[in-house]
Amino acid sequence: MIEAVGLTKRYGKTLAVDNLSFTVPTGRVTGFLGPNGAGKSTTMRMILGLDTPSGGSALIDGKRYRDLHQPLRTVGALLDAKWVHPNRSARAHLAWMAKSNRLPAKRVDEVLDIVGLSAVAGKRAGGFSLGMSQRLGIAAALLGDPQVLLFDEPVNGLDPEGILWIRKFMHRLADEGRTVFVSSHLLSEMALTAQELVVIGRGKLISQSSTEDFVSQATENTVRVRSPQLGALRTALGRTGVSIRDEGESLIVSGMDCADIGELAAQTGTVLHELSPQRGSLEEAFMQLTGDSVEYHTEIAEGQVPATLVPAGK
Amino acid sequence: MSLLTAERIKLFSTRSPWWCGLAAVVLPIGFTALLVGQANGGLEVGVTTTQATANLGRSVVMVLAALAVTTEYRFSTIRSTFQATPNRIAALLAKTAVVAALAGVLGELVAFGSWGVSRLLKPSADLALDSADDWRSVAGEGLVFALAAVLALGVGILVRQTAGAVALLLVYSLLVENLIQLIPTAGEDIHRWMPFVAADQFIGVGQRIPDPAFGPWGYLVYFAGISLVVLAAALVTANRRDA
Ligand SMILES: Nc1ncnc2c1ncn2[C@@H]1O[C@H](COP(=O)(O)OP(=O)(O)OP(=O)(O)O)[C@@H](O)[C@H]1O
Ligand SMILES: [Mg+2]
Repeated sequence: MIEAVGLTKRYGKTLAVDNLSFTVPTGRVTGFLGPNGAGKSTTMRMILGLDTPSGGSALIDGKRYRDLHQPLRTVGALLDAKWVHPNRSARAHLAWMAKSNRLPAKRVDEVLDIVGLSAVAGKRAGGFSLGMSQRLGIAAALLGDPQVLLFDEPVNGLDPEGILWIRKFMHRLADEGRTVFVSSHLLSEMALTAQELVVIGRGKLISQSSTEDFVSQATENTVRVRSPQLGALRTALGRTGVSIRDEGESLIVSGMDCADIGELAAQTGTVLHELSPQRGSLEEAFMQLTGDSVEYHTEIAEGQVPATLVPAGK
Repeated sequence: MSLLTAERIKLFSTRSPWWCGLAAVVLPIGFTALLVGQANGGLEVGVTTTQATANLGRSVVMVLAALAVTTEYRFSTIRSTFQATPNRIAALLAKTAVVAALAGVLGELVAFGSWGVSRLLKPSADLALDSADDWRSVAGEGLVFALAAVLALGVGILVRQTAGAVALLLVYSLLVENLIQLIPTAGEDIHRWMPFVAADQFIGVGQRIPDPAFGPWGYLVYFAGISLVVLAAALVTANRRDA
């Protein structure tokens, strides 16, 4: 379990992380979501004891990272896939890390095998593609077979195959009972990967909840109804006090679910041609929530949002 | 022990230490050969003459030592280092030990290589190591190289950028210490306390200081003291600041 209590980081005048408190539960994939510059990487560096908090603390199973003995056995992390010496081979990179925590040398070959880099283990890491570098970083994170794993934007720049591989991999790690904390600035990606969500904006906590709750709270749940007797249906619905909106040949009802609308239609003898639940777009919801806290605003046209997604863990 | 092994793997798994090491040994031996080979009646070749160009190797070894840590900052592997070993002082001391040991070995190779090549080229000269002072002048290079590496590593940790650290080290050791003598009146007095001047007094090369404050070994201790102070400052700084 990772616990942040009042975590704060100031760089000169910039308040990168502002009194942030959250917990990352065991055995689940927890997404760490926030727009660019929200302070995700900074928070992760503080969890790993690389940056010293200006205030508050981050604890891993109740201990500060810098108090851990042979920390790679407890916490594995991939913060940036480029943090390797380009002229060092993948195997040598893992070998020194393994040695520093007294991990057996054969563990290096094991993790290379897990991430599928065995064939290029002797090649210089500088020549690796982004996907390969990312895998090398994951191999390094897995070296000590840790219970807690941190990944900072692991799918950034990967192709769909790479993204799918990482997503499945995270699920596998959580299914093995590990704590997985993974950051992203894309809610659509996190909705598929994470079961829990810690959402931040401008260094502040916006929400911590299950992904499902976050999505259903954040998005407006509506039902689309089509009927040849639209007028009669509108009157019947109007009496219940729900809000109704016309959209072309159909009604968009919010505040009543499909079952209730169906029963109401049966009672009033109305024919239905369509009765379908609608989900608001996740990205829309995310932007609504973090809108005030986005550091670098851009002009985004309303409605330019990706298709609806179903949260993970369903 | 495992930290030393980790640092050894790190050091020898990239190419630059190999090239630096080769240059550090070949350059001074080559120039010694030129110097001794051309010496005739005018220059009397003695044991310390064979060490006259060793400082070239010492400079290259300082570059090697600085690079050992500045490349870690350059590629952010220092973060992986501190992530694997949150006790930063222990991690950096392990690196210092490994780099200093390599520097010591290179120093002995330079010293005995230069001495050996001189013997080959001038069999007539009296180059036998038949006194404690002779041994100090030759075998002592290993100590000087190791301590110079410690100093360079400390500067590397403090400066973090390769170009800055290397420029600072080379300009300082090759130019500033000599040019400081140009300062009116105080110049000479400052010069005699300069660390690399002290190292030269230990070996017995370079400018002789009139009325030396210490004997040769005292100068070595003085040089070691300065190197360790720089290293200590670097360790404290690295422990405090964000990685
Ligand atoms: N070392 C540093 N020195 C000064 N400012 C910093 C430093 N690191 C981060 N910041 C600032 O802190 C804020 C948070 O940055 P951080 O990298 O943690 O955001 P992020 O959520 O990881 O963003 P992204 O999604 O772009 O990776 C930014 O305003 C950034 O400019
Ligand atoms: Mg980031």
